[in-house]
Parts: sequence; C-alpha cells; structure tokens
Amino acid sequence: MRDARGQIRRLPGLRLWLSGGWLLILVLAAVFAPMISPHDPLEQDLFAARLPPFWQQGADPAYLLGTDSLGRDLLSRMLYGARLALTVALIAGTLTCLVGASLGLIAGYYRGWADLVISRLVDIWMAFPPVLFAILLIAVLGTGLTSIIVAIVVIDWTRFSRVVRAEAMSQGAMDYVASAQVAGRSRLGIALAEILPNVLPTIVALLTLEMGIAVIVEAILSFVNLSISTDQPTWGGMIAEGRTSIYQAWWVLVFPLAALFLTVLSFSQLGEGLKDYFDPVLR
Amino acid sequence: MSYLTIKDLTVRLKNGAPLLRKVSLAVNSGEVRALVGESGAGKSMIGKAVLGILPRAAKLTGGEILLDGEDLLRLPPKARRAKIGAKVALIPQDPLTALNPSRRVGPQITDRLVDILGWKRETAEARAVELLDEVHIQSPERVMRSYPHELSGGMRQRILIASAFAAEPKLIIADEPTTALDVTVQKQILKLIREMQERHDTALLFVTHDLGVVSKISQSLTVLYAGKVIEETDVRTFFAAPKHAYSRALLAATPKYTDPDGSLMPVPDSIISEVEQEVAAFDAQLTR
Repeated sequence: MRDARGQIRRLPGLRLWLSGGWLLILVLAAVFAPMISPHDPLEQDLFAARLPPFWQQGADPAYLLGTDSLGRDLLSRMLYGARLALTVALIAGTLTCLVGASLGLIAGYYRGWADLVISRLVDIWMAFPPVLFAILLIAVLGTGLTSIIVAIVVIDWTRFSRVVRAEAMSQGAMDYVASAQVAGRSRLGIALAEILPNVLPTIVALLTLEMGIAVIVEAILSFVNLSISTDQPTWGGMIAEGRTSIYQAWWVLVFPLAALFLTVLSFSQLGEGLKDYFDPVLR
Repeated sequence: MSYLTIKDLTVRLKNGAPLLRKVSLAVNSGEVRALVGESGAGKSMIGKAVLGILPRAAKLTGGEILLDGEDLLRLPPKARRAKIGAKVALIPQDPLTALNPSRRVGPQITDRLVDILGWKRETAEARAVELLDEVHIQSPERVMRSYPHELSGGMRQRILIASAFAAEPKLIIADEPTTALDVTVQKQILKLIREMQERHDTALLFVTHDLGVVSKISQSLTVLYAGKVIEETDVRTFFAAPKHAYSRALLAATPKYTDPDGSLMPVPDSIISEVEQEVAAFDAQLTR
C-alpha cells in the first residue's frame, strides 16, 4: 500500500515573521540598552522638559522620541524598560507554564482525588479578581522583581492547568493510550511520552500568550507603583507619568503604550504561529 | 488446552449496575473465537477486562481470568502488566486514534519489544520492517519514519496489526478491527488478520457485531446479550442450527447478498423481552 499524504508543507506565515521580528528587536534593545541608549535614562534636564518627538516643531534631534516632564529621554527610558518587561515575560511566563501545565497534566491524566483537589483549587482561584490579587500579593511580599514574578505565577497558573487538564483528558481517552498501557508502559511513562507531546502545541501557544500577559501585569503593577524601585524606568511607570501630562505632552504616554501593545500582540501571534509549527498534523 | 480461560467474570459500574454477568469463555491456543452481540452487550468490556484497561467507571467485582493457567487478577500489578505485555496484544477498533499522532510510527511498533522484551533498538527496528513487509506495506522504512496522519486508515490498521504481532503474543484481542474501515478495505484487513493468525498460530478473540465476519474468520463463537453469555458453540453448528431464539433472530437479521430484498429482519420485540426475562431471572438467582 502507498499513500501520497505527507508531501504538504506549509511556510511559516507572515505573522510569525512580524511578531518574531518585533520581539527580536526588543530582545536586542534590552540586551544592548546601556550601549545604544543616547542618554542616561535617569538623567533629568528641566531645561529640556517635554520636548516633542523628532518630526514635530521644536524638537531636539538629540532626543529622538522627545522627553518627559522631568526632561528625561523617552527612547532611553523605553530601552531600559524593555529589560524589565522581557525579564518578567520570560521568567514569569516560563515558571507559570511549568507549574500550571504540570498540575493540569496530573489532574487530566491521573484523575481521581488529584484531579478533585486541583480542579477545586482552580475554581477557587478563578473567583479572585486577578489584578487585585496581584496587588494584594505585592503588598504582602513587598516590591521587587522576585515579588512580581511570584505574583504572576501565583495568579496565573490556573490558565495553564485548566486548558492542559482538558486536553490531557481527551488525549487520555484515545486508543493509543490504551495500547501503550497494554504494551506495559507505566502511568508516568504514558503521561510524559504519549500525552505530553500531544498537549505541547497548546502549551506553547499558552506560554507565549502568558508572556504577553506577564508584560501587561508588570505594566499594571508599575502603573500603580507596586513594581520595582520607583527610579528604575518601566513602561507601566512611564504610562502612569504620561497620563498626568497627556494634554501637554501626549508622546510620554503614547510611545510606551505602543511598545506595550505591540509586544503583547506579538507574543500572542507568535504563539499561534508556533502552535501550528509544533502540531504534527498541521506541520 | 485453552490458553485463555475466563470464569464467572463480573464487571459492574461504580454504582453497582452490572456490565458483565458471570461471563465464562475459553479460547484455545491457535483458535479464533468470535465474540458477538449488539452494541452495549459488553463484548469490548471482556477484552478490556483481560487487558486490564477497564474504563474508570467500571470495576471488576468477581471471577477469574486465567492466562496460560495463571490467574491474572491475583498477580501484583507490575507482574501482571509485564505478563500481558509479553503474551497478549490488542488490535484496536479505531485505527485513527490508536496511533499517537505526535510520534513517528516506527518507535510505536518497537516500544514494546524494547521495553518489555528488552531487545536492542536496532534488532527491534529490523523486526518492525520485517513485520510491515509481512502486512504488505510497501517501502516499510519510509512508513516507519512517517507520522500517523500521513497514512490512510487502511495503512494504519495494517501497522496496528503488524504491531500486535510484533512480540509474538500467544493471544490477540481484536476489538472490532474492521468497523471503522470502508467495506473494500475491511475485506483485505480481515484476510490479513486471518493470514497472520494462521502463520503465527496465535489464539484470537475477535470482537464483532457482524455475523458475516464471524463466518469468514472464526471457528467458534460466543453470543452475548446484556453482559450475559447466551450461546456458546462452534461456527458450523451456529450457522446451521442456532440453539437460542435470540441467536436465531440475530442470524435472521443479517443481510444476505444473495437475497437483498428478503432477509433483513430486525430482532422481534417478543424475543428481546424473552432474553430480558432470562437475564432478570439470572440476576435474581445471583442475588438469592
């Protein structure tokens, strides 16, 4: 017997390129921020306050994206802000994924009392308003990078465990799991070698989505001044400052907001693209 | 000497409702026994009980499953898994879900040889190629490297058959292996299973609802209704003169190619109620 399937290959789509491109720029910006920043992000120059971006009248070409009300260079601050945003996205996103996906896999495949406990826990967790929960946590833990990451993991692991549980349950009912059982595979072996690879595309999509969400949560916490020390530039903090001078200097608000928007969008689009890439049927 | 002997097997739902009612049957070495019944009669449940893959909602509450004279239910879980893995194999119903979609076909065939029988990976792979050749698959090396979705349903069922015979099991349980396939492929697959079974001299428990299939493949059969054995006989006797009224009705309900207009008759209600009464009487006898 012969079969002509499997000759079909798909090109990685445009969205994968665009979103990947933006994130790559961001990573480079974050890594090389000290070298490429035109100014010290903390240096104030009240004589150069509220300078508009380069294409507007009265702009100073030394400050490409203008300055805020204290005369600090917006571009430099955004470059440094990208560092925090990406650090949080990567570390918090990955940790959330590990915690949530493991619990989801256990609940969905092992079922029984483990599922009962985890599922009820998820139900209870989901009843908390997440942002308020995060603010509460930071208030207890104190500000700082570790606290932000812990807060994100604690409020968002349910996103993974719910989806992974459902997926693992439907995979667990498939005949190939029964076959593996008959062939003498252990429960753990089946969970890791048979179920996990089939849940992986979903996990990857969720992971990148979570990274976007982590960026948002970090921005929200910075916005309410609960992120890291106040003198360090963050996108959320810049947005908060820009809000107060929106009528005099819109750029202070708009640029970090745009960076935030593009980053979150890119993460989610990257996830969709990668999901297809990891799926053997769509690949 | 029978290879598989099931004695008084009882399986219940968690809430106590019976799925299998003291089922006893035996499959001799090298024999093909068909297990027939309408859907919901518990045919597949017997196979699942033997293989130790009963669904979560079902519970084995009594009986013995003797494999080669050894009661599987008395073995500790690990020894039992090892014994089943080495001696029994499954040809599942739906070839579309019976292969893991995200793993290549090759390792899925060789897993058991490596894990349970402790073969070297290369030896197992050579064996897999041999088997794929045996089930008439062209360019087996390429198929081994394929993902399941790259192959057709018939191909996948061939792979599953090859995989079932890989470890030279003494018993194979085939759970409606042709139901999910279209008729032309069904015929080839049936022939293939028969051919493989004869060549490897394996005992085969063939679960089906299709009496046409039974006449082609098996030597003996067991008729099941509502988890109770209704009739147990050899194929020749069954098709010539079924003893039980339900068996006769079942036979009458089988379409015949020679008489396309005439013979399609549903099982009459009177006979259904007759068997139902019989089952109820059996239940009452058990609880007394």
